[in-house]
Amino acid sequence: MKKRIVLLAAVAVAWTGSASAQTKDANAEFEKFRAEMEESNPAELFEVKGEELWKAKRGPKKVSLADSCDLGQGVGKIEGAYVKAPRYFADADAVMDIERRIVWCMTEKQGFKFEDIAKKPFQGANDNNAPDITNLVTYVASGSRNMEFDMPMHDAKVRDAFETGKAMAAYRAGPYDFSCNTCHGADGKRIRMQNLPNLSSPEGALRGVLGWPGYRMTGGVMLTSQWRMNDCFRQQRFPEPKYASQAVTNLIAYMTGNANGQMYKGPGIKR
Amino acid sequence: MKTLAMISGVTATVALLAGCAGGPSRSEAEYRQLAMETIKRDFQTKGQAKYERLTADELQQACNAHGNNPPEGIAKKLSEAQYATIKRPADGKYMGDWKQGEKIAQSGRGFTWSDKATDPAGGNCYNCHQIGPNESSYGTVGPSLLGYGKTRGDSAGMQEYVYSKIYNAKAFNVCSEMPRFGHAGALNEQQIKHLVALLLDPASPVNK
Ligand code: HEC
Ligand code: HEC
Repeated sequence: MKKRIVLLAAVAVAWTGSASAQTKDANAEFEKFRAEMEESNPAELFEVKGEELWKAKRGPKKVSLADSCDLGQGVGKIEGAYVKAPRYFADADAVMDIERRIVWCMTEKQGFKFEDIAKKPFQGANDNNAPDITNLVTYVASGSRNMEFDMPMHDAKVRDAFETGKAMAAYRAGPYDFSCNTCHGADGKRIRMQNLPNLSSPEGALRGVLGWPGYRMTGGVMLTSQWRMNDCFRQQRFPEPKYASQAVTNLIAYMTGNANGQMYKGPGIKR
Repeated sequence: MKTLAMISGVTATVALLAGCAGGPSRSEAEYRQLAMETIKRDFQTKGQAKYERLTADELQQACNAHGNNPPEGIAKKLSEAQYATIKRPADGKYMGDWKQGEKIAQSGRGFTWSDKATDPAGGNCYNCHQIGPNESSYGTVGPSLLGYGKTRGDSAGMQEYVYSKIYNAKAFNVCSEMPRFGHAGALNEQQIKHLVALLLDPASPVNK
């Protein structure tokens, strides 16, 4: 395992060098790198850390998530949990995506303070380690590898989250009048050389949720769907969505619902 | 306020309304309202990206309410109002220096919470448009502008139109995906003139 990770780090560094060029060649090159790396995905390193965290007795209440956290499939069970969320959790009386749900378990079951988790929820470019929550999400997501997205759209509350997310994606405001749909509302669009999935189509929505959480070669960091939403709102020139808020869950629900029935391949690699 | 309580918890009323399993339980307008309330509750100021940005102005509201396609009467009124915001150069000159225009077109800076409020914004033009022949990393959200002046000419009317389009794209296409650069205070008069030259000057590589 260790040897492989060293090798992966080398590949990632090689990639970063060419990423700045942002040319068509760089796109092709990235696809080649990704194909080479698919066999030995660096996300696995984060999965391993996440598994340790999931099973360890932690927090002021000294309890493990494995013994206390129900992601919708029974306490401690991670199989299929990622592809069957966002879903409604009666104990929290809210529709939650997996990251939000794990945060809920960490605060409600383990006694961590939400403010402490929300202070720095994403790995920064110069951070050596990913936050615990990112490792946990990656571990949980690995339990849905090669399973179909199956968000419970028949549940009226989930449906409400989906429809509200859809309306949020169309909401234009801010100095540039942008909404999600400005960049992700039609097929075959690009910002510079970056392809923009059309989130309203099943194929585009799949591209929106596939490979997250993902190891980002640019910067060599592990990032989740919650991060992706955050960074797109930055590009949208909006203020920041609060971490693990309903707003972000709704957008993830909108994309996942549109991707339903298609295969999730597990934690992935991003450019 | 009532609706606010409903989304955070989603009350029994929703479950009742959703008797017919599967379909949405509310109208599009109601979901738009919920979306707005969720956004206002769940966002916070970061850097220069202030909370107040979430409030849609009159034009944005109309585009949001009508799926970017407001009825003709409303669209006409709105685009006329946008047209009226355009401040034209006092000296009546619209063409600047295409070389500087190219630099402005290249820069994607400006208005994000990670940009310094004091740094000048760029045009972001290559994010969405093909423009010069030597830049192969261009976006496709907008149409290609390569050869723009060659096909349209550089008449006084064209110069004024391009200046105005960049200043306020919504004056010509009410729910255009293109920002209103002058109106938003992103680009000043001189910068817009440089961009006009980039697109229209016969000496600009765009028109070679
Ligand atoms: C101003 C442009 C812009 C806006 C507005 C925008 N995005 Fe993005 N989005 C991008 C870019 C650029 C990428 C990066 C694509 C890449 O890295 O290849 C991206 C990537 C994504 C991805 C990941 C796609 C993948 O292949 O993994 C998702 C999901 C996404 N955006 C969703 C959204 C949502 C939801 C919104 C609204 C909250 C939004 N975006 C708003 C430009 C934008
Ligand atoms: C977020 C995307 C976006 C950005 C950024 C953008 N544009 Fe556009 N632009 C568009 C779209 C979409 C259209 C076509 C619809 C319309 O005309 O409103 C367009 C149309 C135009 C047109 C009119 C073309 C015609 O056929 O007459 C011009 C000129 C233009 N853009 C110039 C610019 C310049 C210069 C910049 C940078 C300062 C810029 N655009 C930035 C999206 C964008």
